[in-house]
Amino acid sequence: MLKYILPLILFIIMAIFLAIGLNLNPSEIPSPLLDKPAPVFSAPKLQAPNEKLAPADLKGQVWLFNVWASWCVSCREEHPVLNELAQQKAVTIVGLNYKDDPAAAKNWLDTLGNPYNVSIMDQDGRIGIDWGVYGVPETFLIDKKGLVRYKHTGPVTPTDVQQTFLPLIAQLQAEPS
Amino acid sequence: MKYLSLIFLSLCLPFAANAIDSKTFSDPQQQQAYETLTSELRCLVCQNQTIADSNAELAADLRRQVYEMLQQGKSRDEIVQFMTDRYGDFVLYKPPFKAKTGLLWLGPVVFLVLGIIAVFLVVKRKKQAAAQESGQAEKLAKIRRLLDEGDVS
Repeated sequence: MLKYILPLILFIIMAIFLAIGLNLNPSEIPSPLLDKPAPVFSAPKLQAPNEKLAPADLKGQVWLFNVWASWCVSCREEHPVLNELAQQKAVTIVGLNYKDDPAAAKNWLDTLGNPYNVSIMDQDGRIGIDWGVYGVPETFLIDKKGLVRYKHTGPVTPTDVQQTFLPLIAQLQAEPS
Repeated sequence: MKYLSLIFLSLCLPFAANAIDSKTFSDPQQQQAYETLTSELRCLVCQNQTIADSNAELAADLRRQVYEMLQQGKSRDEIVQFMTDRYGDFVLYKPPFKAKTGLLWLGPVVFLVLGIIAVFLVVKRKKQAAAQESGQAEKLAKIRRLLDEGDVS
């Protein structure tokens, strides 16, 4: 009897592992930044290069940190979703204009709308490295204490906003600062 | 003509193997460290390439980062720590031994041991069967002999 059941059990175990493997997304790399303080930067604002922004300026606020670039195709797909989110005024949206030409970036915001409360420039990609950015767009949620609470890789879809971002933002807004 | 182009292409190979970068080092040890490090760090955009091999922009940025940190006199461990703090263990081609990676490291050993046990069991079973068969053969021979001799008494 065992002779017949054993191969079946082995097959089931293998099938389970393969099924898990099929459902993993290899491009989604867990961020080691979760629940850690937001990496420090001090970067010039896109719209006002003489002024700088640092994460310390945003303490006490829940903010969404969105990495974007005018050369990034998926960002174009994501942009209307961010515009929509900005209209709800649920969260401060900060943009990291990653390795981009400032003129092209400004032009992008002028034509497609600007969902960002402020965008900062990272022309040589150093802030990106500190945040572990490996593909644009990426989106982080930072809580009132300045801890990174969530990371989303790839374009944010309306479903992501409804099912993940808005509930999490509400939860973080309710937390004491 | 065909051969000529083949020869030309094979001459190009050494250049294709690594992304082209012009980094100058003051001492060869540092260059060695740079080359080892960049070939042990994974490019996260094109996941099956090291940052030494990849031409992706991120890989170039990470090479620059490694280069600058070496110039600042940072040790190998410090640079590896810097990368894992930002990108996680995934950035390493040689993952560290941890509870999470235990299966990865011990898996081959476990399978080897299982294989040895299986071989041992199979051999043992075969031997027993052979012994039984030879026992039966002996009995058969005895019966035949007794039959041949007939009833003497």
